[in-house]
Parts: sequence; structure tokens; C-alpha cells
Amino acid sequence: MTQITFIDAQGTARSVAAEDGATLMETAVRNAIPGIEAECGGACACATCHVYVDPAWQDRLPAPQTMEEDMLDFAFDVRPNSRLSCQIRIKAELDGLTVTTPERQA
Amino acid sequence: MTETIKTDALIIGAGPVGLFAVFELGLLDIKCHLIDILPKIGGQCAELYPEKPIYDIPGFPVVTGQGLIDNLMKQIEPFGPTFHLGQMVESLESIGSAQAPLFRVTTDAGAVFEAKTVLIAAGGGSFQPKKPPIAGIDDYEGKSVFYAVRKMEEFRDRTILIVGGGDSALDWTLNLQPIAKRVILMHRRDEFRAAPHSVDQMRSLVADGKMDLILGQVMALKGEHGQLEAATIRAADNTTIDVACDRLLPFFGLTMKLGPIADWGLNLAENLIPVDTEKFETNVPGIFAIGDINAYPGKLKLILSGFHEGALAAQKVHRYVYPEKRLLFQYTTSSSSLQKKLGVA
Ligand SMILES: Cc1cc2nc3c(=O)[nH]c(=O)nc-3n(C[C@H](O)[C@H](O)[C@H](O)COP(=O)(O)OP(=O)(O)OC[C@H]3O[C@@H](n4cnc5c(N)ncnc54)[C@H](O)[C@@H]3O)c2cc1C
Ligand code: FES
Repeated sequence: MTQITFIDAQGTARSVAAEDGATLMETAVRNAIPGIEAECGGACACATCHVYVDPAWQDRLPAPQTMEEDMLDFAFDVRPNSRLSCQIRIKAELDGLTVTTPERQA
Repeated sequence: MTETIKTDALIIGAGPVGLFAVFELGLLDIKCHLIDILPKIGGQCAELYPEKPIYDIPGFPVVTGQGLIDNLMKQIEPFGPTFHLGQMVESLESIGSAQAPLFRVTTDAGAVFEAKTVLIAAGGGSFQPKKPPIAGIDDYEGKSVFYAVRKMEEFRDRTILIVGGGDSALDWTLNLQPIAKRVILMHRRDEFRAAPHSVDQMRSLVADGKMDLILGQVMALKGEHGQLEAATIRAADNTTIDVACDRLLPFFGLTMKLGPIADWGLNLAENLIPVDTEKFETNVPGIFAIGDINAYPGKLKLILSGFHEGALAAQKVHRYVYPEKRLLFQYTTSSSSLQKKLGVA
């Protein structure tokens, strides 16, 4: 199992075991992680699954595709380490990944 | 005074479920008017995922959101529904009785309808502009912060900060630039989703010094009594600067809000409208709710469920519209009268 840590805007960390092949968003939702809304269910159509990736991990994730970049335009307080969690697929190499959820989704 | 539009069935929401209801009602000789706040037909399918594939429409191994809407439009063409787009239904009041219901419906564009039955196919609610989560932005809304341009004159000789990278942001940048004192376009990155020719036009205006382009994001607003004086922005290089402006137009796409439906005297449960599963009627006889907006035990927010709901609701609508007529169950495959209605016999 791949271990993922979600830190909320107040700084509380929650570590969960993620299933390989699921998305980071699905992992959050299945584990009732607060701060991820995922209104569109992972179709890259709502930008309410926005997370900040720990800078140490930024370059270890596959780069976002155009569709994800376009949808990030609809998120707020977008930073260089912003990603949409529904577009990140869990695999063994991501063991230990840490992401922070923003203060507010859209 | 605008003229009252009389109709047998009024459908609120032109998403896939509202559209298919036109078909089921049409087979029963019931004519429809549809209203949607969006300027286009198709609800979530057309607005949120026009290019994405749907795999669970029976009989279609795969169809895109827009493809499904185009097909539905073709399917309901024989029934000639009338669309009233770009307007939000504001009020719905009963002016009839339980036996002979009649409703008065008004929109924010001033249209007035008198309908024997109302089908609410409002999905997740009206599509409305997303508000940026900037502290205190509410105080400026409608005074110096706008999410749409209703009157261009409001923007004459103003310093306008437009935020976004899509077609709305670029179109308004180009339209307002000639009459504004100055237009400043701000976007978080130097790539734009908008149509390439608008982007080119914008870039040449910037090159000619006729407008400004800033890469960054609005973090805070400064002003008094709703009058904007400056926006504090975080630029792409992480520096924070104040940009003087007296109008702000943020374009961050649309989100769904229940809206005025909450004020129509209907029972609501967690922003959904409870219905029975025989007729999909609400607590008010003559008002039905179908598609994503309704709630009942076992409800699935799927397009196919909404289609079924519309078919069953239509049967009861028929009883209100034609109380004296008996309803025969018929197949489109074999009934010559249904085929005549469809224009294929
Ligand atoms: C990204 C994504 C992928 C999806 N994939 C699938 C899938 O694969 N299969 C599936 O079955 N479903 C899918 N869905 C769900 C499906 O799109 C919805 O179930 C469907 O759109 C519901 O249709 P509807 O007609 O009830 O409402 P909607 O499509 O939400 O349309 C409702 C319309 O009513 C309008 N409206 C609301 N209130 C008012 C008012 N007061 N005045 C005027 N207009 C109003 C709205 O503006 C809107 O246009 C998906 C949804 C999303 C977002
Ligand atoms: S869940 Fe909607 S964009 Fe990720």
C-alpha cells in the first residue's frame, strides 16, 4: 500500500493507505479527508479537488496535461505546486507523498 | 406589459432530462416551453463536459456530452418546443386548485408564463458565476465588482481589471478596451484558453501600449463603500503589488446554485425536492421534479434515471392537461398515431 499524507489548511495531517491505480482525489474521498470537494467526480471539470503538492514531490509527479492546466485557471490561489488531485494516479513510487488542501475550494 | 405566455407544460431547466421530457410529453400531445439561465441548451452536459465521453446511456456505447444533447435536440424536433434562454426563473406561484392546477411563473428577464403543469428539471440549480474567495468582495458586488457586463456604459472611462484566461475574459477585454480609460487583463499564466484570434488581438493591443497584461492573481481589494480603488495582486514572481482600478470583472467559470427554487413553497430536503416514485410529483399537485434536482429512496443522479422519471411524470401531466381523455399505452414502433406525431408515418 502507498502511504499518502494530507495536511489541511489548519495544519492537521492525516495519513492514509492509498490503493494503487486510484486517483489522489478518490483516495481523499474514500478516506473522508476534509477540504476536497470533487464536485464533478474526477472529470477534470470543476477544479474543486485542488491541492498543493509538497515542493519536494513536485518534480516527481508526471507534469499536468493541458486539460488540467486549463481547469486550474478556475481554482483560486493557484501556486506553482498546485495540482488537481483527480488527475494524479497513485502508484508505488508515490509512497510518502504529502499534499496540502487549500483554505477553500471554489 | 409583456404578454403572458400560456402553456400546458413549462419545463424549468434545459438539461438532458428537461429535453427528453419534451419527447415524452410530446407523444401525449402536450406542448412545452423551456426556460434556462444559460444562453445555451444542454445543462451540465453542454456546460461542464461537452467533449467528454459518457458510457452509460443505454444503446450508446459512447457519446460525448454535446453529442448527447445534439441527438436529444434532433429527437424532440417534431414537437417544436419553445426555448427561453439566458433567463432565470424567479417566482413560481399557484393560481389554480388541486383539481385544476395553474401556475404563474416569472423570469428575471420579465417574461410571464401561465402553465397548467410545471416540471422542474433544474439539475444542481442555476449556473451562476463563481465568486473568487476574496475577503470583503460582497461589499463591492453590483457597485464596482461585476460578474457579467449588462450595460457597457457602466464601464466607460473606467480603469477596468479583468481577471481570467477564457473566452469571456478575452471577449470583454476586447469589447471594453475602446471605451475604457484603461483595461488591465490579469491571468495566472501566460497561456490562454480563449480563441487564438482573440488572444492575438489582445497581444497586439498590449504591444501597442493600448492595454496592460499582468500575470498574477488578486489577493485582496481596497476601497470604500463598495467603490473599488485598487486590487492587491500577487504577481507571478511572488511580489505583491497594488493595481489601481475602479472596476473589477472576475471570470472564473460557472458553478451551480440552487437559487430561487428554495422560495417556491416546495418541500426541500438538503437542497433537493422530494417526490413520489410513481409520478415524480412534488408536495404541490401539478408541480413535478425530475432529474438531478429530485430526491427519493434509491435515487441515482444519472441521466438514464432522469429519462425514466420524465416518462412517468408525463403520464400524470396528461391527466391534468386532458382530464377527460383516457390514456392508451402505445409503442413508437407500432402505433400509427404516435408515428404521425413523430412525423414518420
Ligand atoms: C463531469 C461530469 C460527468 C458526468 N458523467 C455522467 C455519466 O457518465 N453518466 C450519467 O448518467 N451522468 C453523468 N453526469 C451527471 C449528469 O450530467 C447529470 O445527471 C445530468 O446533467 C442531470 O440532468 P438534468 O437535466 O437533471 O440537470 P442539469 O444538466 O443540471 O440541467 C439543469 C439546468 O437547469 C437550469 N436551471 C436551474 N435552475 C434554474 C432556474 N431557476 N431558472 C432557469 N434555469 C435553471 C440550469 O442552468 C441547468 O442548465 C456527469 C456530470 C458531470 C458534471
Ligand atoms: S474532481 Fe472535479 S476537477 Fe477534479
